[in-house]
Amino acid sequence: MNFDLTEEQRLLVDTVASFARKQSPLTRMRALRADPRGWSPELWKQMGDLGLLGISMPEAVGGAGGTFADAALILEQLAATLVPEPFLACLVAAAPILRLGTEEQQARWLAPFAAGDASLALAWAEAQGRFDVADVETRAVPSADGASFTLTGEKRFVLNGHAADFLVVSARTSGAARDASGISLFVLDKDTPGLTVRGVKTMDGHHAGMISLQGAVVAADRLLGPAGGAREALEEAMDLGAAGACAEGAEIARVVLHMTADYLRTREQFGVKIGSFQALQHRAVDMFVEAELCKSMAILAAIRASDPDVTERQSAVSAAKVQLSAGGRQVTQQATQLHGGIGVTDEHDVGLYFKRMQVLSALFGDEEHHVARYARLPSFTAGLEA
Amino acid sequence: MDLSFGPEHRRFREEVREFLRTALPPHLQEKAAVDGSFTHHEIMEWHQILARKGWAAPHWPVEHGGPGLDVTSRFILTEELELSGAPTVSPFGLFMVGPLIIQFGTPEQKARFLPKILAGEEVWCQGYSEPNAGSDLASLKMRAEDSGDGHFVVNGQKTWTTYAQYADWIFMLVRTDPTAKKQSGISFLLCDMKTPGITVKPFLTTGGTPAFSETFFEGVRVPRENLVGPLNGGWTIAKALLGHERTLIAAVGLSARAIRRVKRIAAGTRAGGATLLDDPGFRGRIARLDIKLRGLQMANYRAIAAAQLGHAPGPESSILKLRGSEILQQSMELAMDVMGHDALSWFNEPGVVPAAEESVPSVFNYTRATTIYGGSSEIQKNIIAKLILGLG
Repeated sequence: MNFDLTEEQRLLVDTVASFARKQSPLTRMRALRADPRGWSPELWKQMGDLGLLGISMPEAVGGAGGTFADAALILEQLAATLVPEPFLACLVAAAPILRLGTEEQQARWLAPFAAGDASLALAWAEAQGRFDVADVETRAVPSADGASFTLTGEKRFVLNGHAADFLVVSARTSGAARDASGISLFVLDKDTPGLTVRGVKTMDGHHAGMISLQGAVVAADRLLGPAGGAREALEEAMDLGAAGACAEGAEIARVVLHMTADYLRTREQFGVKIGSFQALQHRAVDMFVEAELCKSMAILAAIRASDPDVTERQSAVSAAKVQLSAGGRQVTQQATQLHGGIGVTDEHDVGLYFKRMQVLSALFGDEEHHVARYARLPSFTAGLEA
Repeated sequence: MDLSFGPEHRRFREEVREFLRTALPPHLQEKAAVDGSFTHHEIMEWHQILARKGWAAPHWPVEHGGPGLDVTSRFILTEELELSGAPTVSPFGLFMVGPLIIQFGTPEQKARFLPKILAGEEVWCQGYSEPNAGSDLASLKMRAEDSGDGHFVVNGQKTWTTYAQYADWIFMLVRTDPTAKKQSGISFLLCDMKTPGITVKPFLTTGGTPAFSETFFEGVRVPRENLVGPLNGGWTIAKALLGHERTLIAAVGLSARAIRRVKRIAAGTRAGGATLLDDPGFRGRIARLDIKLRGLQMANYRAIAAAQLGHAPGPESSILKLRGSEILQQSMELAMDVMGHDALSWFNEPGVVPAAEESVPSVFNYTRATTIYGGSSEIQKNIIAKLILGLG
């Protein structure tokens, strides 16, 4: 067991921390809320040039060949100032391309992402499906000669869907609505005829895409892997997303804990610093405990997110996501409470972190979803016979 | 970053498991299998078995009879012992006064006390709390006066002295300078429980067992050579104990076993034509607690890995007692809830409730003490607020 960072990882963390501080302080994210894209292609290119975007991509597509744990370190540092560039959305969209795509497909869609020349999105969520990647009503019908597929359906709140150059879209090529098999993934260019993307604002100041496919025709070379066999890759992508959310959330918890402790040490009421009141001290300690647990569980999730043992992966990621959704939200909620009235103004930064935490809590499966999944795993009932 | 135990630690875990498969005598094994509670004599019997194996004091240095295990192996040993359902050895000698004598004792004190603590030949109890000195321990009043003939004369009362009725020795904090500021007039003294003037009055806990005592001292003469560390230096020694073996305080193994017990009871409890383990509501509650334990375990792993690499304890280690005690309580509460009407039972004859449920109501009650002893949760929070968050 060793949770110390390597020399390279420490260097990476320092690089990203200083990049985020200088290039994208919180004021930048605050201003970009009003921008319909919400992030800048110039900064994205800088991140590509620094080698950040391709950190966990293979060398063949211009990446560094690192692990997801390395990418999680970047997500964590970017979260300190809520850098709005869509790194998490792209990692999630890249995952099934890496898992199912041919070398040619990977070069075509992952190389421009790693270089910072393009961004990706994974369009999977449907109105009826909640967090189930297999609950897919979008259909993909093959042409008679098999050279193309015609896609019809709707996808909601696609992360970076409003800005992505390439959209990875799940659609049913066979089976009924919730069947485990029959789900396929296609990579669409943003300007594919029959594909309509409507940008919408999200609570955390980001933007997302509402996607409508009305007879969008997609060439067969844009199908990832065998037709109907994408569910496991999608589930893996969700777990990477959840682990990424945990990394981001752990840093948010740390930042707001410090903001709050600073506030308690300086704000005066009744003629004393309010940090001298035991009721408030104990709330702050509750935040500290949850923030530490978020950090511990984010490490667990980052290590296990790409574990080949699916039960290990799912059990670790679900446990970590529950900690984030329950404990992480408790931290930001208490941060607001301890800031008092200023905590519910748009002017104060604590609200920006509060909103991002709330969004992270819902993304890639909420608390109830992950509690239920955790309890269904074989590991939950293992070893009960004496 | 690496979450796995190395080959030498995996081998060690196997070695511990192999030992545990055969080391528990049948009458203890029978109790362990149903998570029964052990008597004092059974606990000491197990202590002596562990001592013969060399594992009674995993954290003691080799020169005092410790097995020379590294921090990770010590954790593995503790976790496996907890998971096995074997008796939990009394902490007062092995984990409290022993390490303090090793750190602060004279060569004579070490030679006199350590071998008998290790072998389980002398039983210890702790004399810290008094009726008016609980969380505010430094306000303790029990007086030790220098008699001028090489003795202290001790007068006063201790309370919550766990298992004092079985103890051969007590280590205690006494006031040797009533004029000094409260922390600076305290000394650390060892006292033979057979000394004339000591009266032990055991009383029942809410768990239904006589685990606690009031211990009265009237003109008790304690030889001066039983003073540990400098005169009036007892507070420093008491505080040093807080820094010992923080990685073991989370009791991850005990909670893991308690949660497994909850699942087993739920799997054997019929409800609505299925078992309670299949009930989504109960299953979700158990899962949430399991997940909480997973978080504690991960924080514990980080503390162990850091200690193994020689780093000072990080902030994650300060949450271990706070969170560990809560999780143990919550797992016993969940066991009670799973038992339904069986949770009404109280020291009944065998067969009234299934054997695995028999001790639950008592343990559930006694476990309420875990957030109180060793520095209550509120005191832990005060310390974290002050030392880590800089509030005050």
